[in-house]
Amino acid sequence: MHPLRRYRLTMVIFIVATTSIAISLMGYALRENINLFYTPSSVISGDAPLNTTIRIGGMVVKDSLIRSKKSLQSTFRVTDGKSEVDVHYDGILPDMFSEGEGAVATGEINSDLIFIASSILAKHDENYMPPEVIYALDEAAK
Amino acid sequence: MVAELGHFSLIIALFLALMQTVIPQIGVAIKNQLWMSCARPLVLAQSLFILLSFICIVALFVNDDFSVRYVAENSNTLLPDRYKISAVWGAHEGSLLLWVLILAFWSLAVSIFSAKLPIQLVARVLAVLGFISVGFYLFMLFTSNPFDRSLPFSPIEGSDLNPLLQDVGLIFHPPILYMGYVGLSVAFAFSVAALLNGSMDSAWARWVKPWTLIAWMFLTLGISLGSWWAYYELGWGGWWFWDPVENASLMPWLVCTALVHSLSVTEKRGTFKSWTLLLAIMAFSLSLLGTFLVRSGVLTSVHAFATDPTRGIFILIFLIIVIGGSLLLFAFRCPAKKSSSKFSGLSKELFILVNNLILIIITAVILLGTLYPLIADVLGWGKISVGPPYFNLFFVPLTLLLGLLMPVAPILRWKKTSRFNLFKYFNGPLFLSLILGGALPLMYKPYEPIAVISIFISSWIILVTLRDIGHKSSTTGSILDGLKRIKASYWGMVTAHIGVAICIIGVGLTSVYSIQRDVRMLPGETISLADYQFELVAIEPYEGPNYVADQATILVTKKNSIIARLKPQKRRYFASGQTMTEASIDSGIFRDLYIALGEPLQGDAWAIRVYVKPFIMWIWLGALFIAMGAMLALLDKRFRKKLQ
Repeated sequence: MHPLRRYRLTMVIFIVATTSIAISLMGYALRENINLFYTPSSVISGDAPLNTTIRIGGMVVKDSLIRSKKSLQSTFRVTDGKSEVDVHYDGILPDMFSEGEGAVATGEINSDLIFIASSILAKHDENYMPPEVIYALDEAAK
Repeated sequence: MVAELGHFSLIIALFLALMQTVIPQIGVAIKNQLWMSCARPLVLAQSLFILLSFICIVALFVNDDFSVRYVAENSNTLLPDRYKISAVWGAHEGSLLLWVLILAFWSLAVSIFSAKLPIQLVARVLAVLGFISVGFYLFMLFTSNPFDRSLPFSPIEGSDLNPLLQDVGLIFHPPILYMGYVGLSVAFAFSVAALLNGSMDSAWARWVKPWTLIAWMFLTLGISLGSWWAYYELGWGGWWFWDPVENASLMPWLVCTALVHSLSVTEKRGTFKSWTLLLAIMAFSLSLLGTFLVRSGVLTSVHAFATDPTRGIFILIFLIIVIGGSLLLFAFRCPAKKSSSKFSGLSKELFILVNNLILIIITAVILLGTLYPLIADVLGWGKISVGPPYFNLFFVPLTLLLGLLMPVAPILRWKKTSRFNLFKYFNGPLFLSLILGGALPLMYKPYEPIAVISIFISSWIILVTLRDIGHKSSTTGSILDGLKRIKASYWGMVTAHIGVAICIIGVGLTSVYSIQRDVRMLPGETISLADYQFELVAIEPYEGPNYVADQATILVTKKNSIIARLKPQKRRYFASGQTMTEASIDSGIFRDLYIALGEPLQGDAWAIRVYVKPFIMWIWLGALFIAMGAMLALLDKRFRKKLQ
């Protein structure tokens, strides 16, 4: 083969190989690190995977928040209007967290269908509602 | 009347911007000097009217005119005056007004400091800037007019500025960040003008470089200020969350960093021309995309205040016109490839090319991670969020690779460097930084590989750079003479590179050695963290101008000597009833002590978060060095030499 053509061919193969490696790496990393969002109904119906990091969201049920007397542990329930999920959280709840308002939690569902939250997001001002919460309420209303 | 005056000046500014877009362009086409030279006075007039409009909105805020909807939604009579002014850019409409004001300011600066440039180029650059202004004016007037009145039922009291934004951070962060964002439009306009003119040479690169450097400096400062603000104001001590809005500001910065480097090659060697043009287009496109991401509310993000789809569609169309148009122009008019200058093996060009490639890969990774939830949502793959591990997985190793190569490039010669000299050059620094990287982390427990790598890379950057300064200043005469002879742009580069090293130390050490505890505390109780004792002395009520707060007094001691008395607050704002955590921080070079109040628990107990964060200040110190580097480079004589 002509040296110039061989050079071009190696370059093309090199570029194709590196880009495909890079893209598959990115795709793999993306798949490993995305957190899917589930509604409380899909948690109760068993559609949501157990022991995998996911996010759930909905309204915090009135009078469901119980705080431990000795530690920072708290439990509350989250609803989409149809089903309710128990959430356990060990940590400081955000400023805007309150019963009857929307919240999004990241964590895992254990085998008792209790959601063990590692972080809680609440709305950050008066008028704002997390988009996932709106989505969960809409899905449940269908 | 003030609101109407502001509204009318906005409309007049739109028409002036329209003329600024069209007339100089026609002038270039028909080779009419008069039409071309119209650009400068039009820019001046447009700037004056947009300034008037901006003054009007400030006046409305200061005078509490709540018949204007935007003022009513974002201010309150109790709000301190300085926050009334900064509230102007606290939400969507006003921040757009700030955007166009800054764009007008940049256009004016270009029209003033371009006296020595060919009139044809100036006319085209200003026309492109005018076109961008037109887009934003239309957007404001049709979808988000800050001067809209809510008559006849206007509220007596405003609903207050979001308490999160009532902070000095908001006074400075958005304007500085916007200076950077919008500043990229100048390099963009120069590139489009070069494509239209069909000519681009090293003089062109020398004109664009200072503008890019200034934008880059502001972008650096703006991003680090935002990160610092998040650290102390959002209340929970994080400094970077890979939030879509943060990514939106980081992506243009990364591409702009690549652009600054690639411009050097175009200027000194006359190569990388089309690559430089493409980078300039990409940098501004990403800054527009950032505006779109932040302002259309399409993303799940703590910053998404606006949720009106018509706005999103408008920006999307504008985005397609600007980005699509400029890329098409690039495809058709890109300077023909003449491989006039060759480089090989170990050369400065090769290293800058690799630097550019790594920066672009990082940008692509961030772009994918940021847009993926959006794509998945549109395609119905479910509601997804991409977590920080994805970003860190790519960002950390690629940045470290960049750090490894960084100090080498300045030493290399253009075209080709002989291999023999190099090893002698690098032996000492390599050996020393291996020792430092291995030994320094012994002072902390446990022994962390991440700390070893960060210190190794940072010392490598700093030592090789110092070695090079020594080498450059020792050629002839005394060292002082040698140092004096070094150019300002070289000092700028050195400072920025050392800034990156400082940043790497900060990020690396903070992420492995930070200690955090969330505790339940009663007054009189003491907890220990690292070598520090934190005693909750008391929690008392405190009254601010527009809020009440519970203020804790926490005494920090180390080996029985008092280190600090911290007073974190939990505030409740009157107007909105919103609660806010105000952290209290004792900052130092080697560590920050950080305390935030959680929530009141039963009895007198409170949930309290305590942090000891080593080296966190180095992150922002490093960013400051980078910005200073840009400033130093600007002082270089060649940017002030008679052009051409």
